[in-house]
Amino acid sequence: MNEVDKKLLHEIISDDVENKEVYNIRKNGQCIGRKSNPYINIVSKEDGKGIDVYVKENTLFGIVHIPVIITESGLTDVVYNDFHIGRNSNIVIISGCGVHNDHNKNSIHDGIHRFYIEENAKVKYVEKHYGEGVGTGKKILNPVTEIYMKPSSHMTIDTVQIKGVDSAKRKTYAKLEENSTLVITEKIMTHGKQKAMTDFKVKLKGKNASTHVTSRSVATEESYQEFSSNVIGKTKCYAHVECDAILKDHGRVKAIPEIYAKDVEANLIHEAAIGKIAGEQLMKLMSLGLTEKEAEEVIIQGFLK
Amino acid sequence: MLELKDICFERNNKKILDHINLVLDKNKFYVITGPNGSGKSTLVKIIMGIEKPDSGQIIFEGKDITHLSVNERAKLGFGFAFQQPVLFKGITVFDLLKIAHGKEIHEEEALNLLKKVGMTSKDYLKREINRSLSGGELKRIEIATVLARNPYVTIFDEPEAGIDLWSFQSLTEVFRNIESTSHGITLVISHQERILNLADQIILLEKGKMKQMGDHKEMMQTILKESNKVGD
Repeated sequence: MNEVDKKLLHEIISDDVENKEVYNIRKNGQCIGRKSNPYINIVSKEDGKGIDVYVKENTLFGIVHIPVIITESGLTDVVYNDFHIGRNSNIVIISGCGVHNDHNKNSIHDGIHRFYIEENAKVKYVEKHYGEGVGTGKKILNPVTEIYMKPSSHMTIDTVQIKGVDSAKRKTYAKLEENSTLVITEKIMTHGKQKAMTDFKVKLKGKNASTHVTSRSVATEESYQEFSSNVIGKTKCYAHVECDAILKDHGRVKAIPEIYAKDVEANLIHEAAIGKIAGEQLMKLMSLGLTEKEAEEVIIQGFLK
Repeated sequence: MLELKDICFERNNKKILDHINLVLDKNKFYVITGPNGSGKSTLVKIIMGIEKPDSGQIIFEGKDITHLSVNERAKLGFGFAFQQPVLFKGITVFDLLKIAHGKEIHEEEALNLLKKVGMTSKDYLKREINRSLSGGELKRIEIATVLARNPYVTIFDEPEAGIDLWSFQSLTEVFRNIESTSHGITLVISHQERILNLADQIILLEKGKMKQMGDHKEMMQTILKESNKVGD
């Protein structure tokens, strides 16, 4: 790995990946490092287009790192990663994609992650997207996450996109069986002419299944964001979708909420708030000695914290 | 010394403040009172720089500060507790106290500031400044942020508004302490007799004009008479 690779990895993982117990590092469409352990096994798919991660049942305290880096301008990298999480296991998966593009061709990463979560298993999935480089070629990321949750399973997803990604289309589909819980937190900040689209589709199929989706975003300069959510409750279930966005400069945000209760016991809530930073928030922080610019930074940092 | 010279403020063709002249001395505790709509909040917002007067001047320690911004006044030693505490997303009580203090502070120091307003649990430091806190808790945190700055000119806009009796009692203690220890100017908007009782000077506003100003003894009779008129 060269210095650019290390910097990208540091931005998305913030740690020394090769010292981790279980990892798979993908660079420009190729695996450049992998390590499994007796409980978590990573194997390549036969067609070479991705990996399968097998977590044995009852595995506790497992952490898997699966970063992707792209430094080749003009590359379109499509990868299919499947996660098979055994019953009663409790695992953390740290993922992310960093793109460095110093040239004029677009660099694209389409990462399709599928989670098969067995009964009573718990998964925390952390995903960070980052772009850098001085070229005119765009850094484009299109992550797709499919989640299939067996009864009494639990998953939390933390997604962060703060810097450098020109275009992102993020799709998340989930099907939840009884007593399963899915908590998603998304934080996005866009600059310049960047575009970020988010599409959540969650089907609450099982009794007492629940989901909580929180999207916090900041659209600055000329950037555009779109948040679309569609939650279907087919039985006694609970869903809370919350979309908050701050606009700066000429930033634009569109929120498209859709909730569909197919059962009288389904309890589905959607909240959306889009607007500029509240004047009284600025005024309060300025009354504590901050300049307007400093106050704005504190408010945005807190909002995306 | 803080001096307001001929301050006028008008909105939607309505005079909110009409030629206000006022001199406030250090080591004094002032209470501004008067009926709703008399211009009290606008007056203190003008002193803090949150609103700009249409005309008139504000002189602080001999310097014209009329055109200084809120944060410039904060740096000169002005502190302001808002009537409606401001809510934030993702900003904790500890974060806000650190910002207010202006320097890195330890949890113990932050907790000491909260103790001054009757909040003793360390758990408060991690709480976000949002609606999960009660109105009384938010109000006391608001006051703690002002105390953290140890300002020279300390302004409280109706500190008793929207709080429960227990919070109000502990709040009265906070003001009693400020009254006995502050070496600067304290200015409180209040309708509460227990806070009026702490005042060295009471300022009575009515319809945007300064109706009367004087010490506690001479003002209380006028205030009681004026308050009896409400609803007549």
